[in-house]
Amino acid sequence: MIMSKTSWGAQTLVHLSVLVLVIMWTIPTAGLFISSIRDKDQLALSGWWTSLSDSQQNLMHRTEGPDSQTLVDGKYILKGNIFGAEKANDISVFGWKSRSPEAFKAGTTADMNKGQTMAVEANGDYLLTSPTEWTGSRGKRVFYKVTVPPRFTLDNYKEVLSSEGIGQSFINSLTVTIPSTVIPILMAAFAAYALAWMEFPGRFVLVAIVVGLLVVPIQMSLIPLLQLYNSIGSFFGVSPKGYLGIWLAHTGFGLPLAIYLLRNYIAGLPKEIIESARVDGANHFTVFVKIILPLSFPALASFAIFQFLWVWNDLLIAMVFLGNGEDEIVLTGRLREMLGSRGGNWEILTASAFITIIVPLCVFFSLQRYLVRGLLAGSVK
Amino acid sequence: MVLGIAGCIFYFVGSNYVLDRVYGIHGKSPEVAAKNLRRIALIRPWLFLGPAFLALTVYLIYPVFASLYISLFDKTGDTFIGINNYTWLFANDEFLQSFMNNMMWLLIVPAASTFLGLVIAALTDRVWWGNIAKSLIFMPMAISFIGASIIWKFIYDYRGDGVEQIGLLNAIVEFFGGTPEAWLTMPGWNNIFLMLILIWVQTGFAMVILSAALRGIPEETVEAAVIDGASGIRIFFQIMIPQIWTTIAVVWTTITILVLKVFDIVLAMTNGQWDTQVLANLMFDWMFRGGGDFGRGAAVAVIIMVLVIPIMIWNIRQESKGGR
Repeated sequence: MIMSKTSWGAQTLVHLSVLVLVIMWTIPTAGLFISSIRDKDQLALSGWWTSLSDSQQNLMHRTEGPDSQTLVDGKYILKGNIFGAEKANDISVFGWKSRSPEAFKAGTTADMNKGQTMAVEANGDYLLTSPTEWTGSRGKRVFYKVTVPPRFTLDNYKEVLSSEGIGQSFINSLTVTIPSTVIPILMAAFAAYALAWMEFPGRFVLVAIVVGLLVVPIQMSLIPLLQLYNSIGSFFGVSPKGYLGIWLAHTGFGLPLAIYLLRNYIAGLPKEIIESARVDGANHFTVFVKIILPLSFPALASFAIFQFLWVWNDLLIAMVFLGNGEDEIVLTGRLREMLGSRGGNWEILTASAFITIIVPLCVFFSLQRYLVRGLLAGSVK
Repeated sequence: MVLGIAGCIFYFVGSNYVLDRVYGIHGKSPEVAAKNLRRIALIRPWLFLGPAFLALTVYLIYPVFASLYISLFDKTGDTFIGINNYTWLFANDEFLQSFMNNMMWLLIVPAASTFLGLVIAALTDRVWWGNIAKSLIFMPMAISFIGASIIWKFIYDYRGDGVEQIGLLNAIVEFFGGTPEAWLTMPGWNNIFLMLILIWVQTGFAMVILSAALRGIPEETVEAAVIDGASGIRIFFQIMIPQIWTTIAVVWTTITILVLKVFDIVLAMTNGQWDTQVLANLMFDWMFRGGGDFGRGAAVAVIIMVLVIPIMIWNIRQESKGGR
């Protein structure tokens, strides 16, 4: 509309600013993903934006021990290769003292104490000579600097999935999320139909209550519910924390939005369809199951996505109503635990976080249409 | 898992079946059938509504009153102490600090998200790849707060002076010749850095809704302004914005409510240290701190609730105005 009036220059500016904004919004997530597939030593040393260029690393290697020394021409020799079998890396400088690790160029021979020498080639071959026998139980230390090519690996994922328990938490998260999404949809759909199409006293009051409950903060519910759960738990002699409890909690907290969204949608369905079915002798239950449910699929899908994202991403309710045990802790809870215990281990944190966000991201990108529709129905009046 | 879902389906099918059997109309005399039909009409709404409103009562309505009640008791939950928890709160530095912080969050986050969302909505509607751009900016909505916290903690990472920085923010600061900082411990500013996370998440939401509203503006109004020779910026602010005021208000209040409940971000980033405490995290803290003080925790929850009530009333009014 206004586009026709804008000049070419202004249009370029619009393109550029949108591009900058998109980059600003995606870079944080991109950084997380790139970091999670980097080698963990490189990740700890350089920023992820350098991950495509070679990096310089200062490393230390211990040579073969004295028990493998050979006597050649009156000299005791220790030889081998720093990298073992793969001679890929390039050593630029080396040294034999920890205080001056970059004292000598690769390919030269360094004089050590008492006539001993150390020679290190760029490919990692080293040769140590000594006029007297090498003693001690361990080899000599070689300090060197190498240029390491960028290395990408899935090792971080393997590690978190197996030893960090992310795999188990993933299953726990699914166990919480699926019923917590299906149950409120069922309940809300019936209630929404009743509020939209059935005649009974108090209908409008109930709608007003639902709208009011939309904004009640969950914080308000935590303490009374915790007490309630505890007393029910001790009455029946079971643990107050469990899956049934959290399903119902998520159901209760998700219902206002579910009823609200679905009622708006169902009330907007054409009256004639419902009335003609009623005239044909169908009761409300049949009308609901045969006509309303199939017709309101878009609204059901919107809410299902909301609820799925909300439950999957929830931390608060899981922390209050679920235990910390291996068989109950969900992904978000595990992440929070790791932030405390593995605070500096970015390879573990980034890989775990990415596993946590990949499911909602897939849901998001594949079902975005329904999500947007639901958002609009929920907030634009 | 399957059992839980099946149980729920069973209720609806079963109860409606029973209702139809008990008050059957087939093979009954007309008077009985008519009476039964009326009874069915009376009962069935409550079969439909029952589970939902039972859940709402147990999980939301009852707790509101119970929290109010609990907040009048002390730590043990047995001794009635009236409003002592509240007077204590308002004399408590930590509470006042979180209250002030929350006010800052309330001022900055909804404003920034709505403003950015509006600007981005207006811009993306003018480029052919706008939908892809929107989709990418909308993406953080799908990420959990704790996931977002890890993403941003990595950006704010600080490695000590003189060491190569792996946190993006410090690397940028260093690139432009500044000195790296431990951002999350900077008094005052660290709150802003936490807010940035929520703004990053919520801008997409604001953008999607405002973009739909912008598209809903009747074209004639804009065309008329174009013919009158108004500039693009003037059209935007004087023709388009006034027409979407209600939507802006809805977006603003929705984010406001979310901000009041913000908890995960603060818990994960700082856990309230370095003066970043907020009400929701303080409340959670009191639930478990030193064995838990439910009275004080509930009192903080009530304060959050009180802050929400104006929005609640406004919502109900809007609904009954537009409702059928």
